[in-house]
This record gives sequence, structure tokens and C-alpha cells, in this order.
Amino acid sequence: MNRKEHIRRCIAKRAAQELKDGDVVNLGIGIPTLVSDYVPPNVSIHLHTENGMLEVGPSPPPEQADPQLINASRQPVSELPGASYFDSGLSFAIMRGGHLDATIIGALQVSQKGDLASWAIPGKPILGVGGAMDLVVGAKRVIVATTHQTKDGQPKILPECTYPLTAREEVDVLVTEHAVFRFEKGKMILVEIGDHLSLEDLKLITPAEYEIHSQLAVVDRWEGVC
Amino acid sequence: MVGGFGLSGAPLRLIDALEKAEVRDLTVISNNIGSPGKGLGKLLNSGRIKKAIGTYFTTNPDVGKAYHAGKIEVELLPQGTFCEAIRAGGSGIPAFYTPTAVGTVLAKGKEIRYFDGRPYVLERALRGDVSLIRAHKADELGNLVYYKTARNFNPLMAMASDWVIAEVDEIVPAGSLDPEAIVTPHVFVDILVTE
Repeated sequence: MNRKEHIRRCIAKRAAQELKDGDVVNLGIGIPTLVSDYVPPNVSIHLHTENGMLEVGPSPPPEQADPQLINASRQPVSELPGASYFDSGLSFAIMRGGHLDATIIGALQVSQKGDLASWAIPGKPILGVGGAMDLVVGAKRVIVATTHQTKDGQPKILPECTYPLTAREEVDVLVTEHAVFRFEKGKMILVEIGDHLSLEDLKLITPAEYEIHSQLAVVDRWEGVC
Repeated sequence: MVGGFGLSGAPLRLIDALEKAEVRDLTVISNNIGSPGKGLGKLLNSGRIKKAIGTYFTTNPDVGKAYHAGKIEVELLPQGTFCEAIRAGGSGIPAFYTPTAVGTVLAKGKEIRYFDGRPYVLERALRGDVSLIRAHKADELGNLVYYKTARNFNPLMAMASDWVIAEVDEIVPAGSLDPEAIVTPHVFVDILVTE
């Protein structure tokens, strides 16, 4: 596994630990999709996909793939026992109506107030939003799983988002390869840091203003991923 | 209106027929504009689409090209708002308030109203002249059942146009579909098409 994939899996594994037994969960595109590989064995979750299905199962072998049984990333999936299908209106009622316990979603930028930018880049035409806005506004808990910086080394965790917003003040937890932050009452709090970097190192790559939790956890984020 | 999430549940035969017909300057209400050269992507490439209303056009790079060239107008809605606007359009509701998109560029110029201390954006319902939808089976009356995730926007779009044409795999005698399993009652369906 190359370094990039290793980092993505680190983030997915830590994000999976945020899920609780019995949660109804929607996983976004990218790193969040990997989360299903790392759900702890004592936790059972119910996966929802916005194109109209609950109890989404893993991708089948290619010969069993059905082009009419797909997730929102248009990947073939399977049915778990107790699966149901519904129209898109009902699927978004599940989100907006507060029936989804958590969503794990990627990000282009996150602000210190918990604003999320995940769908558009300034100066480019706005041609696709999909279900991201409804998902983030509707889910009871919004868990962002993203690399700490862009692939060019630019910061993503900022005082204010400079990209178009997906939603304001909706992020509850932010998981990166270096740290975990929680957002409470408009404040961003560092609750966990990897033992591979210092608080000063983290500050240098994190322009957002954040508090440090009195019981900050220092963990080996790389152990057991590969 | 045209059903489908990408090509899944899209009425591909009806779209082919539309491409052969002499219609142009269409306003298409659909989640996507197909893929390059497939589904609604064909109709786009033959210059029939004047305006697209949907949620996710980035799956077909031809939409971006046509937009840059000034050949089509694009109106983007969050997917949940898009669904609800169609459901409202089919249900006699002219507009509704939703929390989605508040504080974002997609709420620009739209009315904001507070309910119980929380802001909501006013969105108008959507209706079409014609809906092209895809279902699995129909009975002779036009009752419809769907197949897995190919259902998506189709039952909503069946409600929200003056004329509704459903492409189906099979037409069976009335009485042979389980009444408890029918998703779209025949009242919404005008024409059935099968091979």
C-alpha cells in the first residue's frame, strides 16, 4: 500500500470509531466509502444511500453486479437482509427529517465554526451539488473525514472557508490523519493528536483557532491499519 | 421531466425516441444529463436541450462544455430540494420551506423565513409538460412497480407532469400485481411503452 492510500485508510479507520451500535449511516464519496471496512466488530450499522436504499451491502463480485443496484457513487452494491428500496423523495425525508444518525463526508475546507465546503471551487462553474447539502443539514451527527491538507500542502482547516459552503456550523467531528477535533457551541476543540507530531507541528499546518481539550488523547494513528 | 440516477432507472428507449423526434429547445428536469453520448447526453449533443434543471451535472463533462459555449442554461438545486419540489409540484403545493442550502450560494436571492428560531429557504415547486419515466412492470391500467435502486426519481416525476409516459419491461393483466406492492397508482400514468 502506498503512502497516500495508507493515510486514507488511517483516516477511515479512526472515523469508523465514531459510529455507535445501531446507527443509521450515510457514507460520502472518497475516504468515507472506506469506513465500512473498519467498523468495529461490536458495532452494527445500517447503511443508507441517497438514491433510495437502506441496508446497503458490500460490492458483489463483478459477475453478480447489477447496474440497477448501485450506491450514490454509482458503484454496484448488494442487499443485506432487511433491505428496503424507496424513491428519492423518501430518501431525502430520511435525511432532512432527522432519521439519519450520522453521515461521514469528505471536505475541501472546514472552518473553526464548523462550516463545511465540499462541493465547489471558486471561479469554476457550479454544475454539481448532489445530496451533500441535505445530508449535512439533516444528519444528527456530521463526521468529516479528510486529509489535513490539500495534496499541494495547502491548509484545509481554516478560520473561515474561502470556497462556497455546503452548510454553516453543521460539522460535529473532524477526523484527519493527524488529529481529531470536536465542535461544541461554536468552538473547535482538539481532542486527539497522533504521537507522530507535536502540538506545535499541528498548529503550523492548522490556521483555524482551536482549544486543546484538558484530557487530550495522544495516540498511535498508524498502528494496525495495514 | 426525465427519471433516473445517472443511467440507472433512466428511460433510455424513450430518450432515444425523443432524440429522433423533431423537438428542440427543451427544458429538461432531471438529476443528471446522462453520461457522454448516453441517455440524455445524446439529446444534449444533438443540441435539443435549452435548459437543464437538476442536481449533479458533473457526471457528464459535455454539460460543462455546452455551458461554457453558452449553448445551455443550467439551474442547480440540492438533491433533496429537487425531489421535494417535484413532489410538491405533483401534490398541489406551490412552494415549501427547507433548511437545506441556507447560508450558501444556492439560497441566493431566495426568501428566508425563521420557524422556531431556525432559518429556512423558500423553494418553488417544479412541474413538467411531459414526464418520461422508467418502471419494472406495469399492469394494463398503468399501475407501476419498480426494480431496486432504479426507482429513484421516477415515482415523483410520475406525479408532476401533464403527460406521463412510462417505459416498462413488461405489461401484465390488471389484478396480477400485488396491490400492496404497487408504488405508482395508475391515476398518474397516461401511456405505457414496452418492447
